[in-house]
Amino acid sequence: MSIIYALLFLLLAPVAGGLIAGIDRRITARMQGRVGPPILQAFYDLGKLFEKEKVVVTNSQNFYVLCYLVFIALSGALFFGGGDILLVIFAFTLAHVFLVLGAYASNSPYSHVGAERELIQLMACEPIIILAAVGMYMVTKSFYVADIAASNIPLIVFLPGLFAGFLYILTMKLRKSPFDLSTSHHAHQELVKGVTTEFSGPTLGCIEIAHWYEAIFLLGFVYLFFSWSPVIAVIAIIIIYVFEILIDNTFARVKWPLALKSSWLVTAVLGILNLAALYIIGGFLK
Amino acid sequence: MDLLFFLILFPFIAAIVLLIIKSDNVRGAVVGVSALLIAAVSVWLLAAYATSGTVFFPVSPEPMGEMMFLIGMGIALFILYMGVRYKNYIAIALTIIQSALMVYFEFGISHGVVPENNFFVDQFTIIMALIIGVIGSLICVYAVSYMKDFHKHHPELKDRRRTFFFIMFIFLTAMFGLVFANNLAWLFFFWEITTLSSFLLIGYTQTDEAMKNSFLALNMNLLGGLAFAGALIWLASTGGGMELDKLIATGGIIALVPAVLISFAGITKSAQFPFSSWLVGAMIAPTPVSALLHSSTMVKAGVYVMVRFAPVLQGTTPGYMIALVGGFTFLLASAIAISQSNAKKVLAYSTIANLGLIVACAGIGTYEAIWAAILLIVFHAVSKSLLFLCVGTVEHQIGSRDIEDMNGLITRMPKVAVMMLIGMAGMFLAPFGMLISKWAAIRAFIDAPYGVIFVVILAFGSALTVFFWAKWMGRLISVPPPAEDAERRVSPTEWLVLSFLAGLMVLTTVLFPLISSYLVEPWLLTIYGHVTLLAQENVVIMLIMLFLLMVLPISMLYYRKDHRQVKPYMGGMTTTSRMHFTGSIGIDREVTLGNYYLESYFGEQKMSKIGIPLCVVLLAIMFAGVAVAGLMH
Repeated sequence: MSIIYALLFLLLAPVAGGLIAGIDRRITARMQGRVGPPILQAFYDLGKLFEKEKVVVTNSQNFYVLCYLVFIALSGALFFGGGDILLVIFAFTLAHVFLVLGAYASNSPYSHVGAERELIQLMACEPIIILAAVGMYMVTKSFYVADIAASNIPLIVFLPGLFAGFLYILTMKLRKSPFDLSTSHHAHQELVKGVTTEFSGPTLGCIEIAHWYEAIFLLGFVYLFFSWSPVIAVIAIIIIYVFEILIDNTFARVKWPLALKSSWLVTAVLGILNLAALYIIGGFLK
Repeated sequence: MDLLFFLILFPFIAAIVLLIIKSDNVRGAVVGVSALLIAAVSVWLLAAYATSGTVFFPVSPEPMGEMMFLIGMGIALFILYMGVRYKNYIAIALTIIQSALMVYFEFGISHGVVPENNFFVDQFTIIMALIIGVIGSLICVYAVSYMKDFHKHHPELKDRRRTFFFIMFIFLTAMFGLVFANNLAWLFFFWEITTLSSFLLIGYTQTDEAMKNSFLALNMNLLGGLAFAGALIWLASTGGGMELDKLIATGGIIALVPAVLISFAGITKSAQFPFSSWLVGAMIAPTPVSALLHSSTMVKAGVYVMVRFAPVLQGTTPGYMIALVGGFTFLLASAIAISQSNAKKVLAYSTIANLGLIVACAGIGTYEAIWAAILLIVFHAVSKSLLFLCVGTVEHQIGSRDIEDMNGLITRMPKVAVMMLIGMAGMFLAPFGMLISKWAAIRAFIDAPYGVIFVVILAFGSALTVFFWAKWMGRLISVPPPAEDAERRVSPTEWLVLSFLAGLMVLTTVLFPLISSYLVEPWLLTIYGHVTLLAQENVVIMLIMLFLLMVLPISMLYYRKDHRQVKPYMGGMTTTSRMHFTGSIGIDREVTLGNYYLESYFGEQKMSKIGIPLCVVLLAIMFAGVAVAGLMH
């Protein structure tokens, strides 16, 4: 495992994540016929958050957010360091459980609803992520991100179903409409800010940084599908991200039952078909 | 040899003593000393035999065999008596058939068969003995103070504590006998004692519901016992021999038929669909009984024999059917756990689910799958005993076992709540044990033929698992308005046991690479000739994660300082006092929060309607498969 890549991720991912957030807001504004904020606005916002007063409902909530940030960063670092992809996924789940616990800790109605919905989303996303990792293993014969990234096999050709399934839940993970159920970039009436309702100031800043880490990690996951050609991979990531922004701006929010059912259906159909096909092909090749 | 006899006979002697003693204090002392001795000797067994591979102990089958037969018949008579007394005709019928089979076996066909190596010890046995000896006896210690409280809370029930502790220790004897037995007829004898003991413990309170549930458990396990007796008859009549090790080494159809029959018995004992209802019903018993049944005894006996027979099942159709029963049980029981708010029921379904995973591994039967299965057995035993005992303590202090009533337990019972959190983390979060085992199971499934089905089941099942544990954790840690401290009344004995188990939970996570390399891997090497090796760097990363989890709470000290505390946001209304808001026309309303249970998606009835017929069909295919193979033979 390469420690240098892991360190580079820890240092640069927040920068890249913040920039992407800035560009995202700009493109969104243009789609809505607005001028939009400067590209660096995300960093200005973050700086401001860290100057705010430290306000809490309960002291313990900050502890959970700290754990969330640490484990998101750790799972991203493991990923970019070329570590075992299943371990990365488990660390990633652990991080999210901490965010949920942070929301529960405040015992506030809005963050409580957010926490429940965040857990439902976690439940909706988890299967396809694991299956995608398994698909990558079946093609490359390795669970190590380093080996998967270094393989010359165009994974997207072998794993189209799993890739489509992953794209489906990527919207959820990036907290974009129609799946911004547990919290969102904008305030919603019935949810206020969901999971993040009771966080403010520096703690909210930490959550923001964790989101940026998370976004880069997720795009890194997309990269793996195209890793045989870095140029195509970067183009694919750009197209996919712009596509996510477009979806965000064209779809209304759905209810959580639909989010859960549809993502499980997509996982079950596309994921299982894809894995079954791989299995049969693998049988022929033997 | 002496160690073996001590572990089998000593709990029996302790049981007799406990049956006689009337004084509370003396009973406490006897249980404490016996538990300490049993645990110490189990550890001694580890020290003595850890590196010596498989050691056989030739014991003359005379007069032990005859004695066991006589005791077995005595048990049958007792069950007949109970069946007549409570008018349970199924129990009577099953007992009569089984006794007939055993009489036929004893006098009709078993005479040519004279097994020599009746007892044995290998690394897997040592692991099981440690689970029984350490966790089982800790539960007995806990039971001393719990049962005292129990009768204080339930003055209407008859105090039958002497019988209670008698059976608890008999249970330990039976479990030790079961894991040390190499002679399958002897193993069956101990097997039937565990069935009887659990029947008596579940029915401890002798209420109508308790008797109903205890007979349910009895009948399902007697059905399994019938299959086990069938296996013995097959072995005696085909000349397969009674020795477990030789049978597994022989393999082929001679071994497959008993393997499948005994696995069916294992499926009933470890409460897989369609037999899951007995374990759920068993929660009627006092909590230490549940802890014992779920963690170190009963259900573990079921998966123990299945793991033993795994090399025979590997790659066969019946083996796959068994694996599918386990897989679907894992998936559906995890789903049901979401819809339950009764803490003991959640724990029960989580046990059924995790046993399902172990059964799936055993049915697949590759060395990687078995590696995962053994780790699952170890970690599950530690976490589940801790969780059950915590719930027991909480129930006695707050008077409820409903998860919704545990809201804000972290402020009312901080230490118990932290221990519960450790136990739950142990059940589903990285880097703790169960997750490591699930991870190993994924790898094992991918490399097995048709394993993709199981990978998909595991992916969905573990997502369900995350949901129901995390929302329970959320209830515990949410910080409501201050309430009274309910923790002071917890007895020192309970503290001792709970702290010990919580420590054990962390310790097994730290030490699991050693457990794997000194016990599990050498054992797999002798059985399969292959081992799975852990990647060193992954172990390091997991230890880093564990370290972080232990260090990060220190940050709480920082957050105590210079943070202004406010009340939660209530939608623009003025919060009059904590968790109250002013509603329309000025009415003061209190906010109450509840978890999602998704009853309409994952309800018990709904899932059972899918699971029971599905697994019945799978078991039917299993029997058909083995019958066809048997006839061809």
